[in-house]
Amino acid sequence: MLRKSLAQTKVLTFFVIRRDRIRIPIWIISIVAFTLLVVLSFTSLYGTEQERLSMAETMLNPAMTAMVGIGYGLDNYTIGAMMAHQMLLLSSVTVGIMSILLIARHTRGDEEEGRIELIRSLPSGRLSTLLASVIVLFGVNVLLAMLLAVGLFASGVDSIDLEGSLLYGAVMGATGIFFTAVTALFAQLSESSRGTVGLSMIVLGIAYLVRAIGDVSNETLSWFSPFGWVTRTETYVTNIWWPLLLLLMVSIVLFAVAFYLSSIRDLQAGFLPSKPGRKHASPFLQGPVGLVVRLQRTAIISWAIGMFVLGASYGSVLGDLDSFFEEIDMMEELLQPISGVSLTEQFITMLMSVIAMIATIPPLMILFRLKGEEIKNRMDSFLSQSISRYQLAGSYFLVSLVVGFFMLSFAALGMGSVGTTVMNNEITLLTFYQAAIVYLPAMWCMIGLAVLFVGFKPSWSVLTWLYLGFSFIAVYLGGLFQFPEWVLNLSPYAHIPKLPVEDMSFIHVIILIVLALLVAAAGFVGYRRRDITG
Amino acid sequence: MSVLKTNHLTKKYGDFKALDAVNIEVKKGEVYGFIGPNGAGKSTAIRVLLGILKATEGSAEIFGQDAWRDAVEIHKRIAYVPGDVNLWPNLTGGEVIDLFMKLRGNKQSNYREELMKRFDLDPTKKCRTYSKGNRQKVALIAAFASDADLYILDEPTSGLDPLMERVFQECVLEVKEKGKSVLLSSHILSEVEKLCDRIGIIRQGKIIETGTLQELRHLTRTNLLVETRNTIAGLHHLKGVHEHEAEGNTLRFQVDTEELEHVIAHIAQYGVIKLESAPPTLEDLFMRHYEGMEDSSERGGVS
Repeated sequence: MLRKSLAQTKVLTFFVIRRDRIRIPIWIISIVAFTLLVVLSFTSLYGTEQERLSMAETMLNPAMTAMVGIGYGLDNYTIGAMMAHQMLLLSSVTVGIMSILLIARHTRGDEEEGRIELIRSLPSGRLSTLLASVIVLFGVNVLLAMLLAVGLFASGVDSIDLEGSLLYGAVMGATGIFFTAVTALFAQLSESSRGTVGLSMIVLGIAYLVRAIGDVSNETLSWFSPFGWVTRTETYVTNIWWPLLLLLMVSIVLFAVAFYLSSIRDLQAGFLPSKPGRKHASPFLQGPVGLVVRLQRTAIISWAIGMFVLGASYGSVLGDLDSFFEEIDMMEELLQPISGVSLTEQFITMLMSVIAMIATIPPLMILFRLKGEEIKNRMDSFLSQSISRYQLAGSYFLVSLVVGFFMLSFAALGMGSVGTTVMNNEITLLTFYQAAIVYLPAMWCMIGLAVLFVGFKPSWSVLTWLYLGFSFIAVYLGGLFQFPEWVLNLSPYAHIPKLPVEDMSFIHVIILIVLALLVAAAGFVGYRRRDITG
Repeated sequence: MSVLKTNHLTKKYGDFKALDAVNIEVKKGEVYGFIGPNGAGKSTAIRVLLGILKATEGSAEIFGQDAWRDAVEIHKRIAYVPGDVNLWPNLTGGEVIDLFMKLRGNKQSNYREELMKRFDLDPTKKCRTYSKGNRQKVALIAAFASDADLYILDEPTSGLDPLMERVFQECVLEVKEKGKSVLLSSHILSEVEKLCDRIGIIRQGKIIETGTLQELRHLTRTNLLVETRNTIAGLHHLKGVHEHEAEGNTLRFQVDTEELEHVIAHIAQYGVIKLESAPPTLEDLFMRHYEGMEDSSERGGVS
């Protein structure tokens, strides 16, 4: 019976690998390469013990503990200890996300699309597809663990020893296998691939948060989170292995439950009740604006939370920056000291331009949905209603502007509220908010440009993203690469007065607003005139 | 009074003519069948009529207004059902129907419920879980629940089961009784035959035939099955007889409807025992037209 249930697993395993032959290497190579790059930059940036100890001190605030976990070996902060402290947790979260996305695709994702039905109609076993996906993910995580261990050890840093490197790799592999198991289970419980990925991500998020709260307030609480176990390995300090056994044992139980549930359920059925949706549209879903917001509700909320957290984590490092910067030569290239202004304030202006550019991503995504809906052929049943093109594009434009405003506000408030706390109110919350919100006109320029492309040449929309990427490099690293002035000035973000270091310049801001309006207006005219493809 | 009228409507993509001087006219209270094979230009024509595509040349008017310029005004009185309904996966069927009705400015909630019952649709499910047929039902309910003056239906029954096709046909006849007009594009010929007052056949972007079913009879053949006492001689030499098969004294053949009189007169001489005739179907008409096209193109001529 079991043999029959697992028939053709081998063929299916190769099939899974074949389908992901690009996706899997990209994940593995990026994670390994990023880890090794961090080691390299740590060894060059923090060469002496003194530099490392001062770094350890800046790590000693609760915000950092909540973000990267409790630091071990802070009194003897070797490169290895630093690496494990600052990188291990966030890397294992990344590996968790990788595992969730990869396995959900091949289990519930394929089932929902009806592809597993096709495979089951062939002489293959009932559990074969699940087992094949689990085998591949197991292999991916083991390979990742080995490559990380070898790579780290080969970096030749004294404190990065063989045992620690093996443990570091094993932590990543075990976390990956754990979240593979979690997702394999949700793939049986939930009826949709969105549900599977969503619930697994929620488990990952809760595990991270429980550990954060536990690490800051009550360490017992951290033991309820797999991420708590992961940091308790004290990699490169004392190298404790048994938390990994705990992780693997729980994974085995989860796998067993997943396979059992898979064997007793019907294809395309789930165990979680799918609640019936609304019979009628809510009063909110009255027209195009309601529809745009409704369709992107989850994305907007997630981005809002993300922006707040991003701001907050930037804010948490503002504590004792001045002493920190003096020791880093490279920072002086980034921020040339200006008399009468503290480095912290200067740093804030730079962070704000970065935040403003990141906050531009969600409004652009919303606006480009106008194009996405057209590609998915949903526009013609919409435009056949009594909706004008202007109304339709205008709705996306409006939602995009409002969302942009909120994204920037959330990030500023996040940064301000944490920043004022760690700096003992040297800079007021209002100053933070003003420094951020002054970037709105630059954001509007980007949105205007997006409207222009959607209006005239939707296939060129990607240029908007390239332009944003260019702005990021120009503003963030322009000083470091010593770009000429005129290149920097190509970005709208470069023309925004850098509050609180510079004075407010209304002329620049007004010019940007007029420019944004003109470009957007041209885009609207184009959208009114062109053919809609679907 | 014409509700919809196109005049030499042409849509070019580069050098390719998707529509080539198309003339359609739909009158008030009329169901107009728009038939043609896949890729003939039916959907392109409909999207020009909806103001989603802009015509290269010629004009398209609905309710006497320009289809492109006055699209919004026109759409208040139009209901459209696309052949391939794409819906938002995370909205329910009920939400989509409400949204479409609100956008058109209609409120006819009782009729909405009745239609859902007739089409047997569960409106509480998310659109991502609907099969093709169910998505089609959502669009049909949203269309028929609204009080439109012109219904534009682009292959609306694709994916529906025969029972639902009948419900659909009832709905079309109901709106027709109320004096509304319908433009029905289809390649299901029996459907067009049942519902339509007039038809236009489109092929490669050109309207090749148009008229009432009656007027298009010159293209049709009647199927005859005849059993006679004496063997019929020389039948296949008669004008307008095709595909004739003999089995003893039983003959099966097709006659051009125009030549029926002469053929019957000829047969009558041989003592008819049994005569069965099947009326020409639209399918015959369709096939017949294409045969004509192919024959003429083989001869290198243009029909």
